[in-house]
This record gives sequence, structure tokens and C-alpha cells, in this order.
Amino acid sequence: MSLPMESILLPGNPACQGCPHALGLRALSVLENVVLVVPAGCTTIISGVHPKASFSVPVLHVPFASAVAVASGLAAAYKQEGVEANVVVWMGDGAADIGFATISGAAVRNEDIIVVVSDNEAYMNTGIQSSGTTFWKAKTTTSPGGKSEEKKDLAGIMLMHRIPYVATASVGYLQDFVNKLRRVSEIRGFRFIHLHSPCPPGWRFDSSKTVEIARLAVKSGAWILWEYDGRFRISSPSKPYKDETKRVPLEEYIKTQGRFRGLSGEDIEEIKKKVEEQWKFVLTMEKTFK
Amino acid sequence: MRTLLTGNYAVAEAVKLSRAKVIAAYPITPQTTIVEKLAEMVEKGELDAEFIRVESEHSALAAVYGAAIAGRRAFTATSSHGLLYMYEMVWWVANARVPLVMAMVTRTIGPPWNIHTDHTDLLTMRDSGWIISMAENVQEAFDLTIQGFRISEEVDLPFTVGLDAFQLSHTAEVVEVPDQQEVDEWLPERRQSYKVLPGNAVTIGNIGPNEYTAKLRYAMAKAIEDSRKVIEKADNSFGEKFGRKYGGLVEEYRLEGAEYVVVMAGAWCGDAKDAIDRLRDEGLPIGMMKIRYFRPFPKEEIKRLEGKEVLVVDRAFSMGYMGIFGMEVSSVIGDVTNVIAGIGGVDVGVEDFEAMFRKFASRKLQRLEWWPREVFS
Repeated sequence: MSLPMESILLPGNPACQGCPHALGLRALSVLENVVLVVPAGCTTIISGVHPKASFSVPVLHVPFASAVAVASGLAAAYKQEGVEANVVVWMGDGAADIGFATISGAAVRNEDIIVVVSDNEAYMNTGIQSSGTTFWKAKTTTSPGGKSEEKKDLAGIMLMHRIPYVATASVGYLQDFVNKLRRVSEIRGFRFIHLHSPCPPGWRFDSSKTVEIARLAVKSGAWILWEYDGRFRISSPSKPYKDETKRVPLEEYIKTQGRFRGLSGEDIEEIKKKVEEQWKFVLTMEKTFK
Repeated sequence: MRTLLTGNYAVAEAVKLSRAKVIAAYPITPQTTIVEKLAEMVEKGELDAEFIRVESEHSALAAVYGAAIAGRRAFTATSSHGLLYMYEMVWWVANARVPLVMAMVTRTIGPPWNIHTDHTDLLTMRDSGWIISMAENVQEAFDLTIQGFRISEEVDLPFTVGLDAFQLSHTAEVVEVPDQQEVDEWLPERRQSYKVLPGNAVTIGNIGPNEYTAKLRYAMAKAIEDSRKVIEKADNSFGEKFGRKYGGLVEEYRLEGAEYVVVMAGAWCGDAKDAIDRLRDEGLPIGMMKIRYFRPFPKEEIKRLEGKEVLVVDRAFSMGYMGIFGMEVSSVIGDVTNVIAGIGGVDVGVEDFEAMFRKFASRKLQRLEWWPREVFS
């Protein structure tokens, strides 16, 4: 793997064992001149307690819904001053929910920033509450009987903004994520990556299994890796699973996680339908933006 | 150059002359024409700045915060519900000690929907750590905007210029506009204590020990205390350079020999001054202490009013107590007479003030009275 040797996330940081953000943040090290903007979330904790700090790049911690707007201001100032910078917003699905108008607005303006939503499919930092991207039927502390609402397709919505770059990624496939970040560094304008980040305490699985479960999500077809830069392509790790028969049964993915405990066969059938709809959408996009 | 400008256009002109580099704004009546004018200036190349057309006021102040913390002079403007929508960022930028300037066109808060002035919106900023100024006329709004950048950058606190909806924002007055070179001579290049730049691995705003938060607030309290001198100095040197000196935190009007003193702020001070002139002509010893800065609060100046009959005329009310200026002034000199008027833009003119002050001088006003009575009967 050609992963960066030097990490912007320093050793000794207080991330949980098996934390997916810690994997994703290390991958950001391939970008040059990074200025990191972090809204409230788990990464606020990972950043460490003053006077110590866990990052070797400048980090600006900001209120929940403000991150992408703050990044817009930074980018505008750097442009004015002729400073070369990669302004990167690193946010969770919580900040993406509360700050969605902000992401959308900055996308419409095609701000010269990179937004990575590291999505652990619930508000984890406040203790596992349901979010817009929480998986169908998943139990959280605010959906103890399982999530009854839809799961929002954030990357799909961003694609509809017709920005220069949108991709999904997974902490289970870091090489793919790094490749996408490298691609991102060659493009200017608004770039968006939706990173799938399985959370051991939030999803109730052993902290040694983060990568394994992230991969099961892809192998079962529950999470699809794709990339759009004018052309829409299904990314290599997901390609084999265009063929439904190659996929690992969805049950294999679901049974590994405590958040799905007690799902009925009917529930699983319903989820399968949702996953199928998502595939249809992605395959249509691939055909549309050849 | 003497020219005719509305309050909003005067603010935009001042922002341009202050060489703001990043402007982010979301429209709201009656602020909109400030940022429309600035957008036009940027588009025409008269102002070398980035204009960010954000999707909300929360984002407007957030974007301005990002630009300012990266080291550029930055500006936004808002009003009423816009201010309330950005309220989280109002506190954040102050606590982060980032210099920037925001114009606040005062407008009442709904419901019901109403676009006219009172001071309730601006005064919600009271405890946040912003330097809060209020203009009486278009020239003062212009001058305060330029001074705001200098004061803000000297004390590392954000600065707001309050100007009344329509009475200032949309009313054209003759304004003395200096040329760029004169402003450059008076307003130095932006300075600030720290910047966020690539390669400079600082972490800003992360979690710290509780004592750290307490220490930062203490430093902030000290900074806004120290800003009194900075404001006075700016007022003096601005006066020397441009010939307009206002008196710092307050402006004294016909206070010599005054036994009755009116304390108030904002656009309607002009009408109240006319009323004072009429009463003075009749021999009534009455004057005004106009509050130019609500924060830092002019406590020493107010103290000088001890022993006089003081009437505080408020355009904002603290539910469950009294007028907001009324309670602030009485915290310094004890009981005052407090009139609540002009709420929701109810018109108060020279005749009203004359009648009000006459009643006050003949002790016919209640300690707390909503004006005019017929509206509330």
C-alpha cells in the first residue's frame, strides 16, 4: 500500500481503540498545506486537551453547523493573500445533518475546499443517537426499537450539486480513500468525500473488527464505493459486487453488529430492498455520466 | 468630499475605505442595501475583496470568522432575526478574540413581522464580549465603521455598529467622506494576535482544562475594560485627522448647568436634542448624555450624573424588569425614571420628546412608563 509514512494525526492521541476516524485522519496526510476545520464531534476529543494537540497541521475547532462556512472564509482569505492551502473540513454525520444548508451553500458557490464526512451512522460523541444517515433499522439510544426513518444518501445529494468531485470511501479500503484524496488534490473547487466509518462502541462490535466490518459493508453491497469527477465510476473494491451473486449475504454484515440485534427476517428483507434501490441509483449514475 | 448617502450606503463606503478583504452576508431588511452596495463595489472592481454569498446569517458570521482568523480584514452586516440566527457565532467570534466589524441595523423582533426599529435585537449582544456602538446619524455610522476596524484590531475583540432601521439605514444625509489616502493614513494595516495559516501547526478552540476557559474570559473582561482608553484615543485622533470628535463612550449635549438629564442612544437622539433646545429656550435646565457605546458601558460617565434628575428613554425592554438602558443606568446611579418608547418602530418625534421631557421635569412621569399612553390604553 502506498499510504503516507508521516501522519498528520500524531501518536498518543485519545481516539478510542479501533476508531475509524483515526484511520481516515491519517489518510489525509497525503494532502499538502492542510488547514483542518473540525466541528463538534468525536474528532474534537481526538484533537486532545490543551495545551497538548494531536495534529501536526493547523486545526480550527468551530461550532457544529458552521464548519463549511468557516472553511469558505478561510479559503477566501487565502485566495486574497495568495496563500496555497488545502482547507479540509473533517466532520461527522451529525455536523452534516445540522450543517447541511452550509454544505449545500458552499457546494453551490463551488468553494475551493475539501469536505470529508466521516460517517459512523449516528451521533456518537453524544452517545449514539440516530442521525440522517443511520442505517435502516439500526438501534440507537433515540431509536431503541430500530430506526424507522429513511437513510439519507449524502454523497448522492452532493452529486446533484454538480460540484467538480464527489466520492464515497471506506476506512476498510484506505488505499482507495488515499487514491481519491490524491485525485482531489489535483482538482480545485468544492470536493466532497463521504467516508464510511464503522464505530465499535456505537455499532456494538469488538474494536479489533473495524476494518473487517467496513469491508463486509462493501462486500455485502450495503456500502457502495464510487467516484465522480465529471465521469461516474464504481470504484475497484465495489466493482465485483455489481453482480449480486458475488455479494456476501447481507445477514453476514448485519449479524456482526449489536445495533442490529433482534431484527426479524422481515426487517432484513426490507433492508435488502433498500440496498437494491441504492445499487439501482448508482448503476444509473454510472450509465448517465460515462 | 461632501456627498448624499443613506446610512447603509455610508457604512458600505466606510467598509470600502477600510479596505475590507472578505465580505460575507445574507440579506435581511433593512440591512440588505449595505451588502448589495458592497457586492456592486466588488463586482465593479472598486473594492478588492472576496464577496461570499452565504446561505444564512449563521454562515455569514462563520465565513467572516474564517477570513478574519486567516488574517484578513472582514465584514458582515445583519439585523434582527438575522442576528438571532447567527447568535451562536456572535459568541464564538468574541470568545475566540478575533477582530472584525459587523453593522447591525436595529429592527424589532417578531412576531408579529415588523421591519421597523427598536433596540432589542442589538442589545441581545450585551454580554457576548463585542464592543457595541450606536450611531445617531449617517455621518456617525460612517465614522464608527472606520473606527471599528481600528479599535477591534487593537483589542482583539469584534466590533458592531448599531444603526436604526430606516431612520438611518434608508435616510439620506449629507456625509463628509474622506479620500482613500486620508483613511489609509489613519487606519493602519490589519494587525491581530494570531493567524491560522498552512504550516503553522496551531490548534485553536480545542478542549482545555476548566481553568483555561476561566483565564480566557478573565483576559477578555480585561481587554474590553481596556478598550475604554482605546475608544477614547481613537475618537481623539479621528477628531484631529477628520475634524469630527464625538466624546468617546458618550456624547454630552447641553449638560452645562443641567438639572435634568436624558440618557438615550440611537437615531432618535437628534429629535430629542431638538426638544431639549426648545426647552432650554424656555429656561428649563435640561441636557442629554447620549450613549455611543453600550459595551464597554460608560459607567464613569454615567456616575457624573449623580445628584441630577435622570430620565432614561429606552427602545428596548427586558421582560420582567424594565428598559434595558434603564436598568443599566440605574445600576450606576440608583433609581431613574424610565420611559419605554418607540417599540416596534412606533414613531416618536420632537413634539413627543418635548411633551415627555416637560412631564419629566414637572415630575408627572411614572418611574416606569410606556410611551405614548394612548397606544397602550
